Parts: sequence; C-alpha cells; structure tokens
Amino acid sequence: MPYLGGEETVRELKRALSNPNVQSEPLRYRNTVLRVVRAMSQGVNVSGLFSEMVKACATVDVVQKKLVYMFLCSYASLNPELSLLVINTLRKDCQDPNPMVRSLALRNMSNLRLPSLVEYVEQPLTAGLRDRAACVRRVAVLGWAKLYNLQSGSDIDAAVVNELYSLLRDPDPVVMVNCLRALDEILKEEGGVVINKPITHHLLNRMKECDVWGQCEVLRVLQRYRPQSDDELFDILSLLDASLVSPHPPVMAATLSLFLSLCADLPAVSLAALERVSGPLLAACGSGSREMRFTALCHIQLLMRSVPGLMGPHFKRFFCGYAEPAYIKQRKMQIMVELVNDENVSMLLDELKGYCTDVNTDTAQAAIQAIGHIGRSYSDRCLEILTGLLGLKQDHITSAVVQTLRDLVWVCPQCSDTVCSALEGCEETLQDSQGRQALLWLLGVYGDGVSSAPYTLEAFIDGVRSEVSLGVKMELLTATMRLFLTRPAETQDMLGRLLHYCIEEETDMCVRDLGLLYYHLLKCGVEETRNVLQGRRSDPSLGVLIGRPAEPISQWACSFNTLEPLKKGGTVTQTASRGSPEHEASKPKTAVELPETLDCSHIHTDPPDSASTGQRSDSAAELPAASLTLSLSPTLSPEEFERRWLQRCSLRSEEAAEESNDFLQTEDRIYCSAVLQRSPQTLQAAMQLVNIQTLAFTPPSTLPWRVFFYTHTAGTPASTLILGELLYAGEADPTPKDEEEEERKADGEAAAEELTGREDRQVEVKVTLKQQPKDEEAVRAFLSVLSTVLHTLSSERHDEHAATHV
Amino acid sequence: MIRQLFILSSKGDPLLFRDFRGETGDDDVVNVFYQKVTALPGDQPPVVMTLRDLHFLHIRQGGLYWVATTSADSSPFTIVEFLNRLAALVKDYCGGLSEKSVQMNFALIYELLDEVLDYGHIQTTSSDMLKNFLQSEAVSSRPFSLFDLSNVGLFGADTQQSKVAPSSAAARPIQASREQGGRSEIFADVVERMSVVVGSNGVLMKADVEGEIRVKCFMPSCSEIRIGLNEELSIGKSQLRGYGAAVRVDRCSFHQGVRLDEFDSHRILRLCPSQGEQTVMQYQLTDDLPTAPPFRLFPTIERDGTGRLILFLKLRCDLPPKSSAVNVCASVPVPKGAVSLSQELSSPDQSAELQSQNRAVVWQIPRLAGGTQLSALFKLDVPGLSSASMLEVGPVGLSFELPKFTATGLQIRFLRLSPVQPAPSQRWVRYVTHSDSYSIRI
Repeated sequence: MPYLGGEETVRELKRALSNPNVQSEPLRYRNTVLRVVRAMSQGVNVSGLFSEMVKACATVDVVQKKLVYMFLCSYASLNPELSLLVINTLRKDCQDPNPMVRSLALRNMSNLRLPSLVEYVEQPLTAGLRDRAACVRRVAVLGWAKLYNLQSGSDIDAAVVNELYSLLRDPDPVVMVNCLRALDEILKEEGGVVINKPITHHLLNRMKECDVWGQCEVLRVLQRYRPQSDDELFDILSLLDASLVSPHPPVMAATLSLFLSLCADLPAVSLAALERVSGPLLAACGSGSREMRFTALCHIQLLMRSVPGLMGPHFKRFFCGYAEPAYIKQRKMQIMVELVNDENVSMLLDELKGYCTDVNTDTAQAAIQAIGHIGRSYSDRCLEILTGLLGLKQDHITSAVVQTLRDLVWVCPQCSDTVCSALEGCEETLQDSQGRQALLWLLGVYGDGVSSAPYTLEAFIDGVRSEVSLGVKMELLTATMRLFLTRPAETQDMLGRLLHYCIEEETDMCVRDLGLLYYHLLKCGVEETRNVLQGRRSDPSLGVLIGRPAEPISQWACSFNTLEPLKKGGTVTQTASRGSPEHEASKPKTAVELPETLDCSHIHTDPPDSASTGQRSDSAAELPAASLTLSLSPTLSPEEFERRWLQRCSLRSEEAAEESNDFLQTEDRIYCSAVLQRSPQTLQAAMQLVNIQTLAFTPPSTLPWRVFFYTHTAGTPASTLILGELLYAGEADPTPKDEEEEERKADGEAAAEELTGREDRQVEVKVTLKQQPKDEEAVRAFLSVLSTVLHTLSSERHDEHAATHV
Repeated sequence: MIRQLFILSSKGDPLLFRDFRGETGDDDVVNVFYQKVTALPGDQPPVVMTLRDLHFLHIRQGGLYWVATTSADSSPFTIVEFLNRLAALVKDYCGGLSEKSVQMNFALIYELLDEVLDYGHIQTTSSDMLKNFLQSEAVSSRPFSLFDLSNVGLFGADTQQSKVAPSSAAARPIQASREQGGRSEIFADVVERMSVVVGSNGVLMKADVEGEIRVKCFMPSCSEIRIGLNEELSIGKSQLRGYGAAVRVDRCSFHQGVRLDEFDSHRILRLCPSQGEQTVMQYQLTDDLPTAPPFRLFPTIERDGTGRLILFLKLRCDLPPKSSAVNVCASVPVPKGAVSLSQELSSPDQSAELQSQNRAVVWQIPRLAGGTQLSALFKLDVPGLSSASMLEVGPVGLSFELPKFTATGLQIRFLRLSPVQPAPSQRWVRYVTHSDSYSIRI
C-alpha cells in the first residue's frame, strides 16, 4: 500500500524517539514506539529507525519491550551488525526473575533469524530447556527447531536431541507437544521423531492433559507407530474411542486418520470407525462457521466413497440453506445425488428443483446437472422437471438443461423421444457455445425425431461466418453430416453450402480439415459414411453403472484430514473418472470419435440393422455366436419366476435324469474374481445392459451368495426363456488357493487380510440354467455372454486394484 | 503448521500480518491472496486457494478475512477451528469484531498472536493462560452514545430498574473488568439456530435445531458455577420421561472442562469458567420440534391479464402470545426481469423493496408478535411474463430472531456461583433463537 508522506513520518518519529523528554516519560515513550509499529504494519519502511529502537528496548515496560522486539525481528536481517547490540539486552533479559520476560527474550532471540548470531543464542536456549518455568521451556524447545532450520545442513547435536527426547516427560503438556514438533523438524531428514512403544504409551496416557491442539499433534505423530501385536492395537483403539466422537472436529478428524492408518489391514474395524464418526461429522456440518461446514461436507464425500449408504437416513441434513454460499450448496448437491433412493427421490427432486432458479448461475447449473444425474435412475420424473425448466427461456438455464439432456440421452437412450420433443425452440434462448454444441449434437444424432431440425441447422449454417466458437463450428459440421444421413432431401443443399464454406473460406485449420475429411468420406459412398458416423448414439458400455461401487478405504485414507478434499472440484473430477470413464466421452467432440476409434471391430460384427434397434450392446456383439439376441420382454414377475423355477425342480425330481424335449437344465461353472464384492446394483446394472433381468439377491458378502435372473433369447428356431441362478457357496477348492496365498505371503507382500485376499483370487461361481424350450446353442451362447459380463466386472475391479498399487 | 497469518479488511487492506517461519520467498502473500479473491466472480471465494506450494485457507468473521497460509498436508479442521478460535479471542479481548476494533487494538492482537502461535505451532488458545501474558490494554471502539447513560441514575449510581441486559452488555473487552473494579458479571446465553423447510402444503419437511449454551464470564475470580437445566430434559430418542412437556434433544456434547456428575440426576452442569466466552454445551435436535414451527406463510400467486404478477402473502406467527419475533425478513424470489414493484403493507413500519440483482422482493418486518398475522400485497411488472416464469417464484426464505425463546424449550433453571462472590455480581441468562435457514416452498 503506498503510504503518502512516509518519509516525513519516519523523520518525525526519529526525532521523537531520540528526544530525551520523551524517553524520560514511560507512557509517551511507549506511545511513540506504538506509532512506529503501527506505521510498520501499514507498510511504511521504518527500517531507518533501527538504532533508535534498539535503544528503546532497554526498558522495564514489558509492553514496550514486546513492541520493540517485534520491530527488531522484522528488520534484523537488514541490519545484522546493529542486531548484535540487541543480543546483549536479550541475554540480560534471559536472566530476569520474571519468567514472562525470560520467555519473551528467548523467543525473540530465536526469532531474529540471523545465522551470525547463532553462537550467542545457543547458551540461553540450553539454559532455557532447564528453566523452572514451563513457559520458558516451551519457548526454548521450539527455539532449537528454529535454530536448526536456520543453519540447515549443520550437524545435529546429539545432546540436544537427547535432552528434547527426555523433555517428552515434562510435566507441562505444551512442552511435551512442542518437543514432538521440534524433534520432528530437527530430524526431518531421518523421517522425523522416532515413536517407539514406550513413547506411544506415554503419549496416549497424557493425551487427556493436552488441549485440542496438543491432542491433534499427538494423534498426528502417532500415525507413524505400528503396534507390535493385535492386542496392543486393540488397546490403543479402545483408548482412542472417546476422542473419535469428540465434539471438537479437529480431534475427531485426527483420531479417524489415526484409526484408518492403524487399521489399514482391518477393513471391518475401519468401517465401524466411519460409522461412529458420522455423527460428529454431521454435527460439524451444522456448525455455525460456514468454513467448518464446508470442511466437514468435503470429508463426508470422502467417507461416502467407501460407505455409499453412510448418510442415507440423514439426507435432509444436506438440504441447502437459502443464504449459504455457493461452494457449500454445490457440495451439498453432490452429496444429495449420491443419496437418492426410491423413498426419498421425490423429496430430493423437489428440493433440487428449487435450486434450479437460484440467483447464482453456478448453483443453478449445478442443480440442473444434479437432476440429470438422478435422471439416470429415475428418468421420467427428472425429464419432466428439466423440460419444464426450458419454458423459463433463460439463457443459462436452457444451456445447462440442454447439456444435461445430452449427457442423459447418452446414458439412457430410452429418453430420446421426450428429449426430442423438448428441443424445439431452444435455439432462440441459447447463448453460450457449450449449450449450442450440446443442442447441435442432439439435433445431429436424434434429428429424425425433431421435425424442425433442418431449419435449426440452416439458421446456424447461415450464421456460420459470424460464429466465433471453434467447437460450435466442428459440431455443426458433424451434426449436419449426420442429419444428412437420416434426412437427405432436406439437408443436402445446406450441407453442400457448409462444406463449401468450411473448405474454401474457413481460416481455422481444424474446421477445414474436418470439412475435407467429411467431403472425402462422402465421396466413398453413403454406406461408408453411415458406418463411420452412425456407430452408436448412446453408451451402453459397462463403465456407466447406476450406483457406484464402494471403494476400499485405502484409496482416500491418505488424503483424509488434508487440504486435498477441499480443493475446488477435486471430488467432481474423481466422480467422473471413477464412476464412469465414458462420462468424459459424453462431451460431443470425443463422443463422435470415441466409439469408432476404440471399437472398430464392433462395427464389423454388428449386423447392419443394429444401429436402428439401439438395443444391442457391446458385449453381446463381441460374442462368437453373434446371432444370439437377448430381450427382457415379456416381463416375468418374481412370483412367476418362483413358480416356474420350483416347477422345474419338482419336474426334475420326478423324471430323474430324463430330460423332456422342451426343457433343458444345465449346470456350469464360471471362474471369476471379485464379483462378490460388487454391490448388487452394479451387477444388476451390468446384467441389464446385456438384457438379463436380475430378480433377487442375497446381500453382498454373505454365504452362500445367490443371484436369480432370467432372460429371453430371440433367435432361430424359436425364442426361449432362460431362468438362472448364480451360486457361490464359499471355498470350494481349498488346496490350490492356500498355496497361492502362501506364495503371496512369501512374496513379501503385506499380509493381506482375508477379505482383501479373497478379492484377488478367482472364485468359482456355479451357474444353474433352466431353459424352455430347449435350445443348446442358445444356452451356450448365453453362458458366454454371462461369463463375459462377470469377467468384465472383475477385470474392472482388478484395474482399480492395479491403479491403487501403482 | 501455519506459515503466515494475516487479517484483511473486506476491501483488501492488510490490517495485520505475521510471518512465523520466514520460509517463503519474496512473494507478497497478502497481495497474491487478494488478487485471487478479486479475480473470482461473486464474493464467496472458496475456503482453500492454492498458488504453487502456497495454500491459503481463510474464514470470514466480522466482515474480515482471516487468512492462514500452510502446507498441503495440514489438517483443514484444525486450521479452520483455530482461525475461528482466534477471531473469538480477538473479539473477547477487543470487545468486538470489526475493522475498526482490529485497527485500534493491533498491538494487543500482535501480542496475542505471539503467545498463541510460536513458529507456526499453536501453543494455547485458552484465555485463562493467555491473560497472564497479555499486557496491552484494549481500546474500546464503541463510540460515545447518550444511550449508554440511560442505565446510570442520579450521581452515577447504577439503577436496578432494568432487568434486561442490554444486547451490547457482553460486547466489551474481558480485561476491562480489572479496571472497572466491582463490576463483575456473568452471562449464560442459550443460542439456537433453526433450519426448517416447510412444504408448499404447509407440511414440515425438515426441522433441525442446533443449539449451544455459551458462558461469557467477566469475573476476576470465579471458582465454580453451576448451571441447572430443565429437569425433564431428555437426551436421545429412547429416554422419554413422563408425558407431554418433556424437553428433548437428540445428541449433545460438552466442553471438556464441564463436570457432569450431577447431570444425570439433576441436569446440572458444573464448570470453572475461564475469562471470556466459551461454549459449554452443544446440542442438536433433528426432525422434530416440540411446538409448531414459528411461522407459516399462505401465499397466493396470480398473473393478471396485463402481464403483472400479483403476490399476496399472509404471514402468521405461531409463537406463544407473549413472545415475539424481531428483525423478520422474508425474501421472495421473483422472475428475472421484474422491473417495478408496487406494494400494500399492513403497517407503516414494514418495508419492502425489489432487489433486482438478487431477483427477490425483500419484505422487512421489525417486530411480529406471537399469534398475529400480517399480510402484504405485491404487484410486480414483469415484461414477457409467461406461465413458466411462475416456476421462478421459488421458496421464500425467512430470517428472524426470536429473543427470549428457545425452539427446543431448553431453559436454564438457575445459575449459581460458588463460593459466593464477595463483591456484588450480576448474573444474566439470555435466550435467543436465530434462523439458520427457514424456507417455505410455494
């Protein structure tokens, strides 16, 4: 801050400070010093007063001393020689009978930060460690840390380190905690303070004496300790149990961090700790300080990555207050989306609907996106809200809605009809390029359902010369090409004009290249163009799953209680990459390229009509028996399923081994891993994508684990109904697995806990299928579909694991 | 570990700056921070901001930015809590929290900072410990006002006619009690914050109450106080005592200095308060209010033929007749582009205005007694009003203060000092319920 008249002030202060009349009156002297410090904190350069201030430090007035010391510490580095004069006064003060004066002198002596003065400081610091007043010892302990950081690279004095270790037994808890801090800094290169068993137990016993900050520090340092036995571990955990539910959020968070690091190999204990901590965390979410609320919300998001249902019953706590800042509202919405279930969906949607018209555009757009996210599971209700919002005809809302619709349709193609009918008239309101790109993508891909699509595109093409956004131009080209394939008569002329413009007049190389590419493509013939441009219009791949799988705690435990979860959008990107890698691809630019470049093979295996049915999936298409088509209709009710399943059982017992002509029962085994750890929703979603309907589950990680499902095969010679059961009864074949486990241990890997160990192993899942009428070909094809699904699920699991290990 | 700490005014003037480690280079961190804040739209910068390896964490209190720079692996809970605590300490020692009080007391705050943080490590934040070290005296920033004299009787003697502590009574520096001699006081405040969502059909969708009991002590020597709460207070859902009038909270937690040996039997809290303010007990009540929500709104929204939006609001206050709400402010979101407002309010002390950048009509009612009802008619000119625009007339947000009222019904039966103070001491018990967020859907 420029301070006018700074020099004048300094000159005047200098006069006052050296005026003997002022010096003789303590109060006037102090006030003058006060003015100096005030000028200093306002940004005036008062370093010229250094020698006067050195004199002012020889006083009995403690307030004045403090002010002068503060001044000296700020300017010492500019006047190393003059600072030497201060040292004498400071050393004299270190002998003062008043402990407050001693600690003050000692602290400022070590704060001067002048390497040349180190030799004068060491002796008082050593004496300070043995001072009888605790406040002097506190300062002296940290003084050593300051000293070592000042002369980095110098040898560490073993005597001092020993003394500091012995001061861990100091009766004053702050001295103890300061010792931990000082040792941590002095021994930084050796990995910080060494925490052995006696120190751990000493610290744990004394934690009660410390205040909140001391407790946090102790808990942080204890993370380095590894208990030697399970008994010891559980002793420690039970000692810490009370602080896990501490009303002070810092203590609670530090304790949970310690729990997670101690119980890294005991997922069950960690999960129980997460449950326990959810109460205090929720309380912190309602704290009076909004920054604390925000911090707690961010950490709740972390916890929910491992226990998605943790906050389920408390979903109302995440409703936004109308006066809350946008950053809190957005986090709350992210959490609400995760908590949606059948019971609360209408309440949550009502609440989110209210946010869509928020004054803050970011909040409004986040709310719209949140509704779109929920739309993946509850499409009808969400579409109703989203299309209703289009009626507002507001630029930012329409843009967000169109983008959301695009993302929704990519995942849920069954929404396309509703979306198409809502698109009419949007183009008038849309202003920003993101929204227009989304509209163009939708018009290109679903142009056959929007009667006005060619006219909308024509308006865009007429205005292409004044278009500034590169993305919009590229999207316009692709959309026009696609629309040409479905509605050639109306589009041919404008496509010609657009291509002409892009190739002849456009200055941007990307657009020109794309124009040329399409031009040459068209030359190859319409069929080829169709193959390239109309690959997929939605993404039924297994990456997009409703309800996301629980992550192991280890994936986020290291970032718990750090600044990481609070960083802007940190969790958003993680959600995207974690839940659905393809979500990124839903941005139109990549969406155009991705399907073709990644799975060229699938175009060849696809029968030509597959694009129009839109029902086929990747996994089905990649099968050797490409003729197999599965479908879910007619729907089978659970009761009907049960009747048929049991009927077949009884039939089988009566007719023994003999199989009737219209009925087939087979048993098979599929080896796969980690299916059991998947959440039922994941499996269900995966099965649905290949048109297998699951009907009933046992809860995950119970034994025996069963899943019942059915599907219809529509094929030659006749369509059949398949009923099936997946059964995992536990360790079926123990010997080879033991060996494997021993190998793992021998490999020196951390002794994995039983559950995690099982994850990586192949388990044998028994499949029982009942088909009517009999069609062995179809059953074989079906089995391979099923095993593909299960393997895809487990390989995804493996990838996650690999990622964490790397 | 905190590297630097500074306090900025809302306009970005540095009020205080302290570098504890002397590690960072020549970066002018204060400027870097302020540039980051001003570069963002709106006035709600994210709590954490990062520049290379410099991490800024800030809170806003009293219209000031309290900023700490730190390393990436430090605990956000600790730093946020510490900054809040520091702001509370400054408030205790300076008697208030404002740009002016910080400016006037900068020497005291520097002194405080020196004791609280050494080399970036938090030493202590207890005012009992700190009072031994702090030497500067607070300069009170309260301007002289004739109203201050109203409590002073003839020849300066204190009149006892006022049984209610003035709201500013507790806003004074704790150390002033030394000079003021016999004026030893203690305040026990029950402060509750309600967050309520009422559905469009009047059904209570959500009702949470967060409450705390704060003790603010200006006693030079006070060994122990005993606070008696309602005897019928029950905690948690399972414990139901008797019928009807039980006062219930879902969970509560206590300051670590509180002794609870008489809590289970007689609901008595015992503690030795330190100078200044401390939160003795915190409690929450979720999804269940013992009484009806304090306000109900009956809105009628119409669109007349000429493209005007007509809002007719009836606001009923369901408090008991002897209580009343003050500073009630209802904000009704209205469609974008509303240009003018004409209003008919039921009494002249109310006011209403159209805030176009917030897109809301704000209706202010200074005082609303329990059991009464107010109505207001707003006519808004909105060019291009369509039926879809009605969607934008969103949930109404109410903010209010309910003095002498607690939503949970929690009361302090008595506040006893032991040993009995030699000098005359004054004990104050105050109740207030604030709206944290009270929204009524339309």
